[in-house]
This record gives sequence, structure tokens and C-alpha cells, in this order.
Amino acid sequence: MKKTLPAWADVVLIPAINVFLAFFVAGLVVIFIGEDPIRAMQIMINGSLGSSYGFGYTLYYATSFVFTGLAVAVAFHASIFNIGGEGQAGVAGIGVAIVCLSLDQTHWLLTLPLAVIAAAMFGAAWAAIPAYLQAKRGSHIVITTIMFNYIAAALLVYVLNQVFKVPGSMSPESRRFGEGAQIPRLDQMADWIGIELSRSPANISVFLALLAAFGVWVLIWRTRLGYEIRAFGFSDKAAVYAGISPVRIIMITMLISGALAGLMAINTVMGDLRRLNLDSVLGAGFVGIAVALMGRSHPVGVILAALLFGVLYQGGAELAFEIPAIPSQMILTIQALVILFTGSLENMVRFPVERLFLRFNRGRA
Amino acid sequence: MKFVTALMGAAALLGSTVTAVADGHVEIKPAVIFDLGGKFDRSFNQASFEGAERFKQETGIEYREFEIQSDAQREQALRRFAEQGNNPIVVAGFAQQSAMEAVAAEFPDTQFQIIDAYVDLPNVRSVVFKEHEGSFLVGVLAAMQSESGTVGFVGGMDIGLIRKFACGYVQGVKSVNPDATVIQNMTGTTGAAWNDPVKGGELATGQIDQGADVVYHAAGGTGRGVLQAAADNGVMGIGVDANQNYLHPGSVLTSMLKRVDVAVYDAFKAAQQGKFEPGLEVWGVAEEGVGYAVDENNESLLTEDMIAAVEDAKAKIISGEIQVHDYTTDDSCPAS
Repeated sequence: MKKTLPAWADVVLIPAINVFLAFFVAGLVVIFIGEDPIRAMQIMINGSLGSSYGFGYTLYYATSFVFTGLAVAVAFHASIFNIGGEGQAGVAGIGVAIVCLSLDQTHWLLTLPLAVIAAAMFGAAWAAIPAYLQAKRGSHIVITTIMFNYIAAALLVYVLNQVFKVPGSMSPESRRFGEGAQIPRLDQMADWIGIELSRSPANISVFLALLAAFGVWVLIWRTRLGYEIRAFGFSDKAAVYAGISPVRIIMITMLISGALAGLMAINTVMGDLRRLNLDSVLGAGFVGIAVALMGRSHPVGVILAALLFGVLYQGGAELAFEIPAIPSQMILTIQALVILFTGSLENMVRFPVERLFLRFNRGRA
Repeated sequence: MKFVTALMGAAALLGSTVTAVADGHVEIKPAVIFDLGGKFDRSFNQASFEGAERFKQETGIEYREFEIQSDAQREQALRRFAEQGNNPIVVAGFAQQSAMEAVAAEFPDTQFQIIDAYVDLPNVRSVVFKEHEGSFLVGVLAAMQSESGTVGFVGGMDIGLIRKFACGYVQGVKSVNPDATVIQNMTGTTGAAWNDPVKGGELATGQIDQGADVVYHAAGGTGRGVLQAAADNGVMGIGVDANQNYLHPGSVLTSMLKRVDVAVYDAFKAAQQGKFEPGLEVWGVAEEGVGYAVDENNESLLTEDMIAAVEDAKAKIISGEIQVHDYTTDDSCPAS
């Protein structure tokens, strides 16, 4: 592989140009419906980063995206495309709910670790079946994981309607978790050390997400297993020749991937909703794919990309509050444009930039 | 003097965010939150949008609005409007219940209204509808219209509320024709089922292929596809929530009206007059909260016999002679 770009250009410059282009086109769309794009941009940035309230929401969304982004990234390293994050996180929510509903008379210091284990195990279990089918039967994992998203949705409906539903309530959701299953929010934690923050759903799982990101870095670049995963990802034939078992790598990678996706249930189900409902995943499973692509499957990149998408989600909500003339579909369009430019149109920017660097370097030599 | 005291009492009751003005009205900053599906779903949310619009046109008072895009935004939107001093805040949709329970308790001076769910707090007015009664009425009409003796029902998400529609409808159909067959389908198991007109159309077409010649839907935005399929196949559709007769004039037999618009309008109006009363309100046929729609688009479709039969059923429901079973009371339906 020929390296034509310095690392900083690869990691910072190209994504920055992409994001700029996306916002430029989004601005044109805003002009087209007769609103001021500068004001819209200000609302989005201010609403997501300008206050501790807005930033709290941004962090909350970003935390979910870090988990699902890492899940997709780990699988990418083994050239496996796990698009089942949505289902894995949804099923993990059931695990979290079981722990929280049965132990919420105790203390969160006990419930949290157990809920983390449950989330990881349920998420991993949901990924295990497609992984097994891929490893042993060669059923394509893209197809099976996306099909498992639907099965997960149906399972959730069943569980919520038949098991967890509060009698007499119309909505298919569990009861609220008691005190013992309420993990501290960031504003509560800031309060312990005397800093005042506005209330937002960002919670202690932010640190769990950072820990997970560090863990993924160690796993992929500092362990033997990570080396095997990457070797398998580069060339499965070479990996087999080197004595790496494809079945083992596919299974382990997918279990880790599913567990990471599952962990986001801690952030949403336990951290914010404090009950299990049908749509606790909020599409984060799919956003995770864009996050992993944009973050080059590197934990640091994933964190940065997750933050960007957090800004888009929270900023988009603020936009809808402040300018109702911009319909929700338009906000979806703006988010989609960012994904389009950073994900699929990436090469459009990369080639000119590479040429520019080549010319510059030749001129110097 | 008594008048002034009453005014001051009302103002104090409403908290600092509203001020009394001279003509006995209270200055309000109303807000409405739409549920998943969006305000132009031609159905449930649009009905609440129309109620809010009617208030705006009559009084000139602007209202704030927000369209929910995901579950995480429910509490966020409520809290935000409350923090910014909006009052009253009206939300439509049972899915808002737990968000409302949390936020309404935090803002005891703000008046909230929730539609389709009951929240037991001193500052919340809950409006729920007897959808089974309205569905019974359109079921009567469907059975009389049907020549094949087979009618269809397409629901949105498979939840108790929608089964309540279905159960009332089946009872209405069987009250006219005990041998009738009612084919029932639900669109899906996730929130997407409220906004999937393509699948709605496919389900309706499938039912029509099995002989159904009247199809009733309770599926929000998905229902547009149901009514479209009915019109395309030359059979009758029945609309829901809002009056949907105009969507395909001549091919929509009637619509099961659920006066969400009145509930929203009432809440704004009551707050403006300082008469907002918390508590549970149940609107059925007797309260004109539910009913069937007649307008210039379907006048020619409803025969005198049909009108007579449905009016008879309506009178009997009001008098209590007909008790329409409510699915949600025991999660089961005596008719199927």
C-alpha cells in the first residue's frame, strides 16, 4: 500500500473538508426553503455545544454512537460488516432491564456492573447466531445481521407486551426502574465536586464509552488476538496459511462487536429512559456504521466522529425547536448529506488532495 | 371585587409565566408536541395540528410546536417548552405518558394535557377516547355496505390501543351480520408501522383479494396506502381519526372521527379563559368525542337505511343498551 498522505491529512484534513462540503450543500438546501443558513448553522452549533445543557445532550448521543461505532469498527478490522448493531443493542436492552427490574431495590454500584455484564452478554448472544452461520455455513453476515434486526424488534415487542408491560398502560414499555438502578447523570456527578451543570441525560456511561474505546485500541493493536483479527481482515487465505482459524476469528470478533453494541443500552435504557421501551436504540446501530467509516475504524476517530454525529442529532433537535419552518425531514436531509459526503463521496475529496500533496512534495524534492 | 379576586386566584394558580389581562382572558404561550409520524400524517397528529391552527386563527395567539423524531426527544421537548415558560403544553399520543409523568411533576405550575393516556398529576388534564364505540359505528356501516360479507381491518402497530379499534369494529360488523368475516392485519411491530403506506397498501390489497370489499384502517400515516389501495381496487375504505373522506372522494365510505382537534382546541381555549381543569376526561359517542364523518364527499354513498341503522346504534350506545366491549380492559375480544 502506497502512502501518499501524511497522517494528519488523512485523519484531520480530509474529514474536515468533507464536513465543510456537507454543511455547504446543507446550507444551500436551507436557502432553498427560504431560511437563513447562517442562522440555522448558529442554532445548530450553539444548541449542541454552546451550553452545558446542549453539550450534555450531544455527549449523551455521542456516547451511544461511540459504542455502536466501536462495534462496527472491530468487525471491520476482520473485514466483517456487522450491520446488526441495532438489533444487538435492542436485545441488550432486555438484559439491562432484567437486571435493573430485579435489583433496583439495591444500589447502583451493584446494579451497574451486573447490567454491564448483562448488556454485553445479550448483545454478544444476538451477534453469535449470525456469526456462527457465517463461520460454519457461509451465510453472508450482512444479510443475516440485518434480518436479525427485525427479529430483535419483534422479540422486543413480544417481551414488552407479554412480560414487562405495566397492566392497564397503553404503551408497550416496562415500569420505571427504582432508585437502585439509577446511575448518576453527569450533572449529578459534577455536583459532587461542586460544579453546576444543567440537567441533561449524559451519564456515567460516557466514561464507560471512553474505557471501551481504550480497550478496543489495546485489543486491536496491542494483543495477539488483535493481530490475528487484522491479519484475517487483510487476507483470510494468508491468515489460514499462517494457522489462524477463520471460525474462531469470526466468532470472537462478532462476539466482541455484539457486546460493544450491547453496551449502549447502559447509556440509553439505564442512563436516560430508566425503563425499557420499543425504540431505545434510536437508530444508533446504523449511525455506528457511518461513525466507524468516518473514524477509519480507529477508536480516536470513532470518538471524534461520534461527537460530530452527536452535534448533528442535538443541533438538529434545536433547529426544529427554533425554526419550525424547517421540517424534521429537512434535518434528516442535512444529517444524510454529512453521511453522504464523509462516507461514500470520500474519494471525491481524497484524490485531489492526494494529487495536491504529490505535487507539493515533488516541488520540494 | 369578587371578579378581581377570582382573576388573581387564576393568575396565581397558573404561576408566574402567565399574566391576567383586562378582558378576563389570560395571556398564554401554548405549545403542542406531535408524536412520531409528523404533523401531516392526515390522521392523528394532523388532527391535533388542526385544533391548534383553529385556535390560532380565532384568537391570533401563536403557538409553538415540535415534531418528535425519536423517543429520546420526548422528555427533552416537554422540559424545554416548560423551561421556556410555555403554558399550556399539549401532547398527543400514549407513548408520551412516562415522559409526561416525569416532566409534569417537575413543573407543577405549568399546565399539561395528554391525549390518549392518563397521567395522574394535579396539573395534567388527560383526554382519552372510547375508540371502540366509534369503531363500532363504522363497523355497522361497513357490514351494511359489504356485499361479499367479508370486510377488512388494517392496524398500525400491534398494540392494545389498535386492538381496541379492531375489536370495536368487529363487534359493529357482527351486530349487523353475525356471519360476516373480518380479516385483520397489523402493519408491524415497530414505530415504523405508523408511517408505511406501501405496506398498508399491500395488506389492503391482500384483504381485497380475499374478498373484502370494505377496509377500515387505524394505522396513522400507513392508512394513506390502505385508502389508496381500496380506491384503486374499486372497493370502499374507511378513514380514521381525522375526516379522511376527501382523500379519495367516492371511495371512502366514511371516517371514524376521533376529535383530537377538539381536545387540543379545548385545552388552549380553557387555558386562555383561565378555566383549565386537570383530571381525566373520557370522550365517547355520548360526548361526541368519537363518531363517523358525513360530508359532501360521502353523502351519496350512505343510503338512508345505513344512516338509520348507524343512528340507531349510536342512540343505543348512548342509552347503554349496547355495551361495546373495550379490548384494553381485559386484553381480549369477545368477537373475532
